[in-house]
Amino acid sequence: MMTGPAQIVKRRTTAQRVAFSLLTLASLLSFLALGAILYTVFRKGVSAISWEFLTKMPKSGMTQGGIYPMVLGSFYLTAGALISALPFGVISAIWLSEYAGGGWWVRTIRIGVNTLAGVPSIVFGLLGFAFFVNVLGLGASLLSGAFTLGILILPILIRAAEEALRSVPNEFREAALALGATQWRSVRTVVLPSAIPGIMTGAILGIGRAIGETAPILFTAAAIYKTRLPDTLIDTLMSRTMALPTHIFYMATENPRGWQAVDLQFGAALLLLGLVVCLNLGAVIWRTRVRRRKQW
Amino acid sequence: MGIDLRSLSQRGGAGFLRVLRERWDRPVFAALASVSLIALGLILFFIFSEALPLFRTISLSNFFGGTWLPTVEPNRFGILPLLTGSGLVMVGALVVAIPFGLAAALFIAEIATGIIKDIAKSVLELLAGIPSVVYGFFGLMVLAPILQQIAHIPYRRTALLASLILGVMALPTIASLAEDALTAVPRSYREASLAMGASRWQTMWRVTFPAAFSGIIGAVILGMGRAIGETMAVLMLSGNAAQMVGSFLKPVRTLTATIALEMAETPFGSEHYHALFGIGAVLLIITLAMNWIAEALRGRLARKHGS
Amino acid sequence: MVTGTHDTKRETTAREWIRRNFDTQGVIQTEGLSFYYGKERVLQDVSLSIPLDGVTAIMGPSGCGKSTLLRTFNRMYELYRGARAEGKITFLGQDLLKADPVSLRKHIGMVFQRPNPFPKSIFENVIYGPKVHGIRKKSELQDIAEESLQRAALWDEVKDRLKESAFSLSGGQQQRLCIARALAVHPEVLLMDEPCSALDPKATDKIEQTTRELAEELTVVIVTHNLQQAARVSDHVAVLLAGGELAEFGPTRTVFDSPSDDRVCDYLCGRFG
Repeated sequence: MMTGPAQIVKRRTTAQRVAFSLLTLASLLSFLALGAILYTVFRKGVSAISWEFLTKMPKSGMTQGGIYPMVLGSFYLTAGALISALPFGVISAIWLSEYAGGGWWVRTIRIGVNTLAGVPSIVFGLLGFAFFVNVLGLGASLLSGAFTLGILILPILIRAAEEALRSVPNEFREAALALGATQWRSVRTVVLPSAIPGIMTGAILGIGRAIGETAPILFTAAAIYKTRLPDTLIDTLMSRTMALPTHIFYMATENPRGWQAVDLQFGAALLLLGLVVCLNLGAVIWRTRVRRRKQW
Repeated sequence: MGIDLRSLSQRGGAGFLRVLRERWDRPVFAALASVSLIALGLILFFIFSEALPLFRTISLSNFFGGTWLPTVEPNRFGILPLLTGSGLVMVGALVVAIPFGLAAALFIAEIATGIIKDIAKSVLELLAGIPSVVYGFFGLMVLAPILQQIAHIPYRRTALLASLILGVMALPTIASLAEDALTAVPRSYREASLAMGASRWQTMWRVTFPAAFSGIIGAVILGMGRAIGETMAVLMLSGNAAQMVGSFLKPVRTLTATIALEMAETPFGSEHYHALFGIGAVLLIITLAMNWIAEALRGRLARKHGS
Repeated sequence: MVTGTHDTKRETTAREWIRRNFDTQGVIQTEGLSFYYGKERVLQDVSLSIPLDGVTAIMGPSGCGKSTLLRTFNRMYELYRGARAEGKITFLGQDLLKADPVSLRKHIGMVFQRPNPFPKSIFENVIYGPKVHGIRKKSELQDIAEESLQRAALWDEVKDRLKESAFSLSGGQQQRLCIARALAVHPEVLLMDEPCSALDPKATDKIEQTTRELAEELTVVIVTHNLQQAARVSDHVAVLLAGGELAEFGPTRTVFDSPSDDRVCDYLCGRFG
């Protein structure tokens, strides 16, 4: 059999076509996983979502009624985590990017921060349990949970903020300093404003992460079932709280009557999934818009 | 009347106050940044310091022994079954995540263009952002019944079920990091190959992929780290039987799930408590090591191609 | 103080004062200035004196340290790691290397290679410096903005769009905005680091013209690798050679017509020839 140049080219294009089809198919399958999860949870959960579901207390061992306290608890935990971590994250990032220089130990810190972003969340739970619950004596409480989540998202926030700061062109800093601005002045009036969109994107991603985390609050903050909301602020902060992700977990695995309320379970899962997807999608869309608008 | 140049000298009369006004930033930022960075460093310290007391009563070989019986006398704190459980689930997850993740990476880096590429990247990002408890819930409510029916397994929760879901969870990590590695390969390599008449597929397979190889291995290792450290999904799906098993069709217990299951009922400062921190320390060492190896591999890739 | 409340009369007085005291000595003087990045020496033993009047050009082949020399005058080199200056520099008789860089830069302004306006409005760009130096009054800031933009020959083009982003301007306009921004602080000296290297010939022409006009009011030091440009705009010229050695310093005509150093002759002829 002859193998002329034409055949070689033909065989090659066939190989390419087969390979590309396989790769595309495999990718499509992985992207379908997202579709499958979103679709199933939506289809089975959407019937449970109603105004009452979101604003009423749970009833009869959580097999009826709403999930208001879980939503509220998740909101408090996430807000607490962000409030306690964001200032430290931004300040650390400013120091790393603007003041610390480029020595070997700064690079080491940077690698350390990156590494901590990959530490399993259950380890953060252990830390929170040992430090906030026991050593600081806060007990298993909303405050302990919020601080634990805060430490969990701190590396994420530092990384995002530092990246945003470092992407601000050096020309801006030079221009400000050459005009007689002090370094802080140049950071505050020129560098930081240019980095705000990037920092905000990081904060949104941090919120998305904190709101869905379960393992770190499992034994630092989570209550399985509370029939009423705490009365005072102190009480709210210092007592265990219900939260969306732990609620989903308890209902699906530990509540013997969970099967009586599968719809409500899917409803809660849909709510959490929807929140997280919206936050992430919002961050992605915002980031592309900011990048497109950027003029340097 | 002239120019007052006294302000040029740092030793002027009002020097101290001005220094205070203009130079406060560096020390203040350094101090506050140290606080948060030290707080992060405390994680390492705390996990290890809470694990150490265990070894006053238990030898290292007992800790890596074959029986985990923390609450029944005589207590045994051998984490081998948990290690094998974690390992088994991780291997299963990688079988799913590596081929699909690398396919997705190649698709995004080399095949897709324009809006398709942007959408595919966003899908990966969303997939990575889904909370693990939702993955666990989905696996339990949707995938478990299907799997049980297809494979005729007596158990609802098995290593297989956990592996499948964990594979989907590790996929975006592997895909997006491998895609970074592929994109980091200089254009000139590709252009040289294409200019010699190689097809896009040949270029991709023989030039780009090998050039990015160390970065791709790094991506896979980070995916492994993600799979080992994952808690909620495996807790909900793997069945949590703390026994040595070699089968995907049986329930297993992982390191992470053990901590999540037992920490709440453990008395503060007890042997069991320290043993759970021992597990945490093991987890920490594994994931840190994987992170560093992956980082080193990615760094090597960047140096090799001079970017 | 020249900063703060400012008017042309006062600036004239300040210039007169400098002229009375430093006319023979020069505004900026270096003596045996050497400069290092880490272990690498970029300038060796440079001694020169920047005269009060006219434009002084610093030229030389690329990598000879001309930008570095310029950046010692306002201590901008301190931003780079491992940078170190040895020797003596004085500004109006004061030791410049011991001065406080922040207040020094009020007196010595700088324009960079590439236009680098802030991502703010045109107006905000111009008044950035005055605001840094404590001027708050809106009307005063407006006056400074108008005056500075006029001195940079940009006012007529932007007076109706002061609130627009600085990035809406063309490259040449952006560079003139940067000049206006530097002038708004009312410096005694303006350093220009190859200000036209990113611009087209027409914009370059405009900047050169502006530079000539500015030299009537303040001392201008310009770095350029373009010999024609040096010939066009400068009154004095310093030629640095590879290795950071100052080979020639004097009135532009003299240096161009009869350089005393053979290597400078090669450099000049090689380009013109």
